[in-house]
Amino acid sequence: MQPAARLPDLRNLGVSLRILLLTNLMALIAAILRSGNLNEILPALAELSAALQPILLLSLLLLYACQPVLKRLPYRWSVLVILALELLISSLSYYFAISIFGPDSMPPLSHSLILTLVITGILLGYFNLRQRALSPAVTEARLQALQARIRPHFLFNSINAVISMLRSDPKRAETALMDMADLFRVLMADNRDLVPLAQELALCRQYLALEKIRLEERLAIVWKIDSMPPDAMIPPLVLQPLLENAVYHGIEPMPEGGEITINIYASHDQVHLLLTNPYHKQNEHHNGNKMALTNIRERLALHFDAEAQLTSKISEHSYQVHIVIPYHRNKAA
Amino acid sequence: MSAAQLKILIADDEAPARNRLRELLSEIADVVVVAEAKNGKEVLALAAETSPNLLLLDIRMPEMDGLEAAEHAQKLEPPPAIVFATAFDAYAMQAFDKNAVDYLLKPVRLERLQTAILKARTLLPAQLEALKALHPQRSHFSVSERGRVFLVPVADVIYLRAELKYVTLRSKEREYLIEDSLITIEQEFGERFLRLHRNCLVAQAYIRGYEKHHAPDGECHWVVLLKEVPETIAVSRRQQHVLRELGN
Repeated sequence: MQPAARLPDLRNLGVSLRILLLTNLMALIAAILRSGNLNEILPALAELSAALQPILLLSLLLLYACQPVLKRLPYRWSVLVILALELLISSLSYYFAISIFGPDSMPPLSHSLILTLVITGILLGYFNLRQRALSPAVTEARLQALQARIRPHFLFNSINAVISMLRSDPKRAETALMDMADLFRVLMADNRDLVPLAQELALCRQYLALEKIRLEERLAIVWKIDSMPPDAMIPPLVLQPLLENAVYHGIEPMPEGGEITINIYASHDQVHLLLTNPYHKQNEHHNGNKMALTNIRERLALHFDAEAQLTSKISEHSYQVHIVIPYHRNKAA
Repeated sequence: MSAAQLKILIADDEAPARNRLRELLSEIADVVVVAEAKNGKEVLALAAETSPNLLLLDIRMPEMDGLEAAEHAQKLEPPPAIVFATAFDAYAMQAFDKNAVDYLLKPVRLERLQTAILKARTLLPAQLEALKALHPQRSHFSVSERGRVFLVPVADVIYLRAELKYVTLRSKEREYLIEDSLITIEQEFGERFLRLHRNCLVAQAYIRGYEKHHAPDGECHWVVLLKEVPETIAVSRRQQHVLRELGN
């Protein structure tokens, strides 16, 4: 999937530094071209700098100020606005220079306007290419990080539970191992593409079947999925890690266990996923939980940008995660 | 059951894990499983009944984990040997390795279990200290009474008062003598207990209110009224600021 072109973050220090550096590099090249010999380069650069630096600094400040507005515009429009801004700044500084140093102190206005357009164009082109080069790497890294994060606690306890059944109940052990294989196949797969909700749900059932072996009647699941749209497309491994958290933090610390409620429905072209589990104040080791939530939130943003959201709330006895994603139907079906 | 047999208590909140351990132990000579517990509280109750020589404790259990159970079990007479088991607990494993505490990784191998049983010993004081660092707040106070370990949930403690050598712990039902000092309790639980007097810590959750008392000699002082019990606790002049902060 080719990411849409976007402006760089104009409030990012690194971006500002790149703009400063590249512009001055271009000035250096111009100074070298204009000079006959080495001794003339420095004075030529100083002369160019005197004209360039005020425009450059003013531009950076203005872009910083306009960043929230520019960010919301479509890419084409934001490029046009930036070009217009730069032309304005360079005209203003031209007239300012003339009013102080006299009309003969500067080359004609058209000259500096063309230069402004070229330099701004080169910079925008550079940032566009840079973004294209980086995006897939960033995405990949995040997905890798997620895959490395299956809880070892679950893995080893499940293997232990299966071993305990091998002699007494080989049929059940076989099913459990098959479920485990399916689960790990998904965990280790290339998870960049969206999958139908029904597929993620099947995975959740297999995961819960494994947990049921360990926790027996302590783990109760309530499914409210009668009005679930099975063809809705969601990023893989959105629900399963949340269930794992619910079991680890909500069920395992309770001697009598508890109930996890999974409620999925569609409304107004949005799919809602609600997960509720018991919550007790004493068990406040929620670091692992926060990591999973951050990761899922990032992946939702990657796929749906601002159209998806994930919220969590704690009430006295329960913890709830609520995910809203746009309802995209499975085109293959 | 012959006298030479090693009596073992196994504890894990997951039935399959207990089954697995029992199965393995049945293949080892001269050991017998005398009890199976699902959490730390059951460990202590069953240990008092069956006086095992060795506790095989899973670390992560509801209500009371294996680490805390091991600590309270030191009050059993004589204290049993202890071997921990864990599926994966990076912190605990690190601390165990550092302090030479033996532990089993689940799934457990038969040979590994055999050597663990042969080597099993009671915990040394330094090892107990290391375990304490792994769980900053215990869930229960323990009192040893005639060979039994009596547990009082921390949430049931109304106040603690130092008297001569011992500290008296007051719960809704009765009083107990415990061996911990007020200072260590204060450090362990922080905000839960307020120091209202040099010799007294009161659970914030059980404070109902406070009132001024006039002594016959004209002196007046503040006392704290408590939920569940009729007695009041005097607040020393030096600690009156605690009440003021509470009022805010």
